[in-house]
Amino acid sequence: MESFETHEHDVLVIGAGGAGLRATIEAAAQGVSVGLVCKSLLGKAHTVMAEGGVAAAMGNVDRQDNWQVHFRDTMLGGKMLNNWRMAQLHAQQAPDRVHELEHWGALFDRTPDGNILQRAFGGHTYKRLAHVGDRTGLEMIRTLQDRAVQLSVPVYMECTLTHLFKAGDRVCGALAYWREQGRFVLFLAKAVILATGGVGKAFRITSNSWEYTSDGLGMAYHLGAQLMDMEFVQFHPTGMVWPPGVKGILVTEAVRGEGGRLTNNKGERFMERYDPKRMELSTRDQVARAIYTEVKEGRGSEHGGVYLSVTHLDGEAIKKKLPSMYHQFKDLADVDITKAPMEVGPTTHYMMGGLRVDAETTSTTVPGLYAAGEVAAGLHGANRLGGNSLSDLLVFGRLAGLHAAQFAKQNKEKPKVGDDAVQQATREMLEPFERTSGPSPYDIHEELQDTMQNLAGIMRIEEDLKKALEKIQDLRSKLRSVRVTGSRLYNPGWHLAYDLRNLLNTSEAIARSALARQESRGAHTRLDYPKTDPEWGKWNHVISKDGGQMKISKSPLPQMPEELAKLFEETH
Amino acid sequence: MAEVTFRVSQGTAEQSEEKSYRVPVATGMVVLDAIHYIQSHFAPDLAVRWNCKAAKCGSCSAEVNGKPRLMCKTRLDDFAAGEDIVVYPLKTFPRIKDLVTNVSWNFQVNKKITPCSPPKDATWTMYQEDMDRVQEFRKCIECFLCQDVCHVLRNHDKQNEFAGPRFFVRVASLEMHPLDTASRISYLKHEAGIGLCNITKCCTEVCPEDIHITDNAIIPLKERVVDEFYDPLSRLFKIFSGK
Repeated sequence: MESFETHEHDVLVIGAGGAGLRATIEAAAQGVSVGLVCKSLLGKAHTVMAEGGVAAAMGNVDRQDNWQVHFRDTMLGGKMLNNWRMAQLHAQQAPDRVHELEHWGALFDRTPDGNILQRAFGGHTYKRLAHVGDRTGLEMIRTLQDRAVQLSVPVYMECTLTHLFKAGDRVCGALAYWREQGRFVLFLAKAVILATGGVGKAFRITSNSWEYTSDGLGMAYHLGAQLMDMEFVQFHPTGMVWPPGVKGILVTEAVRGEGGRLTNNKGERFMERYDPKRMELSTRDQVARAIYTEVKEGRGSEHGGVYLSVTHLDGEAIKKKLPSMYHQFKDLADVDITKAPMEVGPTTHYMMGGLRVDAETTSTTVPGLYAAGEVAAGLHGANRLGGNSLSDLLVFGRLAGLHAAQFAKQNKEKPKVGDDAVQQATREMLEPFERTSGPSPYDIHEELQDTMQNLAGIMRIEEDLKKALEKIQDLRSKLRSVRVTGSRLYNPGWHLAYDLRNLLNTSEAIARSALARQESRGAHTRLDYPKTDPEWGKWNHVISKDGGQMKISKSPLPQMPEELAKLFEETH
Repeated sequence: MAEVTFRVSQGTAEQSEEKSYRVPVATGMVVLDAIHYIQSHFAPDLAVRWNCKAAKCGSCSAEVNGKPRLMCKTRLDDFAAGEDIVVYPLKTFPRIKDLVTNVSWNFQVNKKITPCSPPKDATWTMYQEDMDRVQEFRKCIECFLCQDVCHVLRNHDKQNEFAGPRFFVRVASLEMHPLDTASRISYLKHEAGIGLCNITKCCTEVCPEDIHITDNAIIPLKERVVDEFYDPLSRLFKIFSGK
């Protein structure tokens, strides 16, 4: 029998990025007991890497801005596949959430009259992104983490969640292990909030860290929650392409927001051919496809990207507005961006799809289980606008904390998890140590990354997607015999072996949804169905567990009320 | 392909040894790339912390050829051809395993610092020129390299009476916040032990964010402590006013 420690909270929050921290703060403010669990040290979650800014229609720079325009931009950017109510709540509540950060100590860059400065970004009609140079995410996560610490919330750091448990139809707890010691922890909770982010690590070229293995999606799927819009993976147009070790590292859209220009090897500003009106500030899906096409047709840069240049702008202003980009290129690529162009190309960046949630409460289809941030689907539709992620974390993080706390208050019953379920889960975790032969988790991971990158990436075709699905099944059988060496003490090979279970599951959901959607829309591009089909615009794909099989079905898009539909009349 | 010899300190607090690996070198490669190569080819259980790989999260701190560095920012071509690259965990913190140390003490220190305390009726008008100096402190990525190199912690183990440069930077960011109303001066003197710092600037030298820790944070805070506790005029004022 495997021993384990037990902790009990009314609300358990999984993930300490922007959404998890904001949810924690809100739930604690509601007076319930909250526990926050995270895989890394506090303050290292992916939010810390967000650069460009947080979108909120405050109208500090462009007075005409308001929530209706932000709502319309978000829906148009998402190719109308978004959940309209989420997009509305997001646009309406984002300004308050940004001001709140300021009240907790965040220091955003200022306008000359002392308000929060806002910058231009792709797909946003007006200058809308509150920012701190190009380290907005750091400012945000530090502010939220200090607030959570101030509220004395217990934080379980370097602790990885592996299984969620149900009592009847309701969530009741979760199993985790301490990364340090490899010992197990059982959490009992009346409500659980997933804020576990996306799945970038399924792809070879990505801006995402090791943490992005879709743990939340995997655990919730196995518990019976539904996934939605899984075909929509955002490939950010500008990742570094050279040198090899930095391939995929993000180059913020703020470079273009501040006036950066994209050119090919002929010196042409090629965006003129793809989106002459918005040029470099077109939406991410369009810019990524444009760069891909330029490279494919032989007009790429030396190392297989295109050029992004700010050399026509004032060098000192660049160092002030884009300091981390300046240092990143100088230190890692020997390029002084004030004097020479950057080389950039698409990199896997963000998952628009995720857990299907209720717009008002962020509840998943499993009672007591909530989801906020990248792990949830709906807000961004088929393509996310830059800056809408940080605001998403704040708006829906808060709603998740609020509603999970209310759910916990209404359900007085003490949560319990059966010993058998815990023992079965721990056995599953420890099996790879018992094998004397079998493939290495690192090899399986590399094969998966190549599969997803080459067969389910930025340009898709039926034949490739079918091959990807076969390959995923093949890797799944390999994973059943994966072997881990060493002890349970801080063992990254063991950690990866478990992560692969979720990565494979989510990869299958991506490939299945991509195969089924026979059109091109937003971030999902099918070479064999290059047109956007209005008929497909009426449906979301929903994935659920059906026995041992993954089931995919179509669900009609919720209808927008008349007064919101009117906002699109002049643009359609 | 050229190769370089890596010597990595592996083991636990009780028992450790240097292990050697030959790693092929690619253009622009950094130490963290080599550690990942070692993980996937030779030592699958090699423990290391990392996240962003772009010097934004401060996770992959280690001591490379004796210097506290971020491994994601330390390029192999910074070293002489044929030179071994030797990687050790941060010395100031207890080792858990391989390159991973227990840095939890830092999170305990942070809890004691009075948070940002703006007035209830603040209008929130703040000007850039008032924020520039505070924004420098807000750049801190909590890599704890400054804590690692500081001799008060590294050589004298004063963890119980000294907060370390990271938290002087944090206190400076709060004390110099344009709208903050709290005072952390007594904390600095009595609990954070700022007097123990003798401004050798080691912390400033290792800061990957180029924060002028000593000049812009620690020295101004030391001056505030002196003004509060040692200024003869204000002491007289305190005696007579009874404050």
